[in-house]
Amino acid sequence: MALFPTGPVQQVSGTAIAVPGEDIDTDRIIPARFLKCVSFDALGDQVFADDRLELSGEHPFDQARYQGASILVVNGNFGCGSSREHAPQALMRWGIRAVVGVSFAEIFYGNCLALGIPCATATPEQIKAIQAQVDREPGSSWSLDLAGLQLTSAKSSWPVSIDPGPLDMLRSGRWDATSQLLDHGPQVAELMQTLPYINQFASK
Amino acid sequence: MSSGTLYDKVWDLHRVAELPGGSTQLFVGLHLIHEVTSPQAFSALKDKGLTVRCPERTVATVDHIVPTTSQQRPFADPLAEEMLSTLERNCQEHSIPLNNIGSGRQGIVHVIAPELGLTQPGMTVACGDSHTSTHGAFGAIAFGIGTSQVRDVLASQSLAMNKLKVRRIQVNGLLAEGVSAKDLILHVIRHLGVKGGVGYAYEFAGSAIEALSMEERMTLCNMAIEGGARCGYVNPDQVTFEYLKGRPHAPEGDAWSRAVAWWSSLATDPDATVDDEVVFDAAAIPPTVTWGITPGQGLGIDETVPSLDQLDPGERPIAEEAYRYMDLQPGTAIAGVHVDVCFIGSCTNGRLSDLRAAADVARGRQVAEGIKAFVVPGSEQVAKAAEAEGLDAVFRAAGFEWREPGCSMCLAMNPDRLEGRQISASSSNRNFKGRQGSASGRTLLMSPAMVAAAAVNGRVTDVRTLISPSAS
Ligand code: SF4
Repeated sequence: MALFPTGPVQQVSGTAIAVPGEDIDTDRIIPARFLKCVSFDALGDQVFADDRLELSGEHPFDQARYQGASILVVNGNFGCGSSREHAPQALMRWGIRAVVGVSFAEIFYGNCLALGIPCATATPEQIKAIQAQVDREPGSSWSLDLAGLQLTSAKSSWPVSIDPGPLDMLRSGRWDATSQLLDHGPQVAELMQTLPYINQFASK
Repeated sequence: MSSGTLYDKVWDLHRVAELPGGSTQLFVGLHLIHEVTSPQAFSALKDKGLTVRCPERTVATVDHIVPTTSQQRPFADPLAEEMLSTLERNCQEHSIPLNNIGSGRQGIVHVIAPELGLTQPGMTVACGDSHTSTHGAFGAIAFGIGTSQVRDVLASQSLAMNKLKVRRIQVNGLLAEGVSAKDLILHVIRHLGVKGGVGYAYEFAGSAIEALSMEERMTLCNMAIEGGARCGYVNPDQVTFEYLKGRPHAPEGDAWSRAVAWWSSLATDPDATVDDEVVFDAAAIPPTVTWGITPGQGLGIDETVPSLDQLDPGERPIAEEAYRYMDLQPGTAIAGVHVDVCFIGSCTNGRLSDLRAAADVARGRQVAEGIKAFVVPGSEQVAKAAEAEGLDAVFRAAGFEWREPGCSMCLAMNPDRLEGRQISASSSNRNFKGRQGSASGRTLLMSPAMVAAAAVNGRVTDVRTLISPSAS
């Protein structure tokens, strides 16, 4: 499996996998019983566990033709519900490095960004067409280009969007916010002086 | 753009810096942690050689994995035991106060922080848990975060955020008898949709909101996230201050009046502008129950499961999925749907007033034959207060089990779970497929009083038929 993202993310290439459906929540991406862990390491095998059980082998994540895929194509409000980072972690550990969809729930989007996984959007019609193509031609190569904002296969190319802020963070490699936040340690200390609740509203 | 709202004021007060990439570094006034989303954050901290910046602004509890029958250590489930002992070790290593089992202060994170007076108006509150929106009930800006962000907050007491827009949910009039804050929020989500709030903070306002108790406001804000809004809030007022006064972490003496003055100054200005506003009439809201697999699939108690042509095209695919999964067909009346399990609890409806409302229905009645019904108080304090009033006895006499505090069957990470295709009446907040521990289990969300009504009749019931208007 490709290494987890580090540094600038300019492009994600590989085969694609489509999981159709609106409002796919993080309980479905990784059911709660798998949250009983103190590390994320084992989550890759458990991604979509209950949906896969329900479809007994027919779920895209179980089909041989989609194994090794790195671009996931989804529909609207993907990742809604619980804030569990276990969801993008499970997808990432299965092999997903980029998600393309109609829309994403906010916390999920932020969690992906914090892992260096771009979430790109396209219109419902475009996503439908992309999903159909992924279905017809599993194993064909796709590439999500962050500079040109295009999702491209040998046969077609689709414009996608990523908000300017996250896009810049991904492309510059600053998607891992910790060091930036730590740089402003003194400003944090200053700000704390101005907030009356920090000192239990002691008179100045 | 909104201006002069509580959201704007609190945001500005907590802004540390603008970050490259357009997000803002926001100071976190209160960081709550629990056993599920913190262990990996502590590991990441260690990997990076970092430490906890403000342990005194961090508070821990254990809630998701705790068993509710026996809380004897070590837990019967070794994985649950490992999660709690990891939390204990991390808290000890970093001097973070842990409200552990038996401390008298343990409970669901969104129940204990308010009852300890930790959550206060004007704060930013973050927790690795999406229902952190609950704390907005106090006029705080409170939001759920992922584990990477938990690491960031531990390390820097701040995080990178993008500012939200503000939508005012104006609810005029008063809720009818037998209609609760839970019905109100299910109604709002039904009408605005589960993604309607994405990109927004919801400001709940209007006479119906002002009339709500703090516990009801918490129920309301708790489920803002189910409508897609990462945070929801109510402007602080006298109700807020009265609730806070005398709580363990509330300011006292002279500081109290300074606090009230500061809190009051943060409320949304009368001439503030918001990005959007939606108006509801409280009196028109019925007891509401979900029939499907998202919290937006709600029905008034007198309604029937909608057919596809009654729905917007965008809602049809998920409705079709819900017909199949729930085994409920269009045209089926929601009242009368048979249930197997009745669960009263969770951070939405596991507080004292919720248990009182359910006990009022259960008192002198019996859980129907073959129904499993249980009550899980939201915290040790709630349990103690309820027991002091004899609510546990009311529930037990009616055939409910009375359990120890925790998240329990809200997400079934402990032994409390549905089996197979069982269908539950639940006072929790999510009816997602598989949410309550069985991959094919089904959930009907409703108020705690409605759950009690379902328990005694064995089927979904309009609670108003069981309470006399004159009753307490
Ligand atoms: S009660 Fe349910 S929703 Fe609330 S914190 Fe616990 S698991 Fe999450």
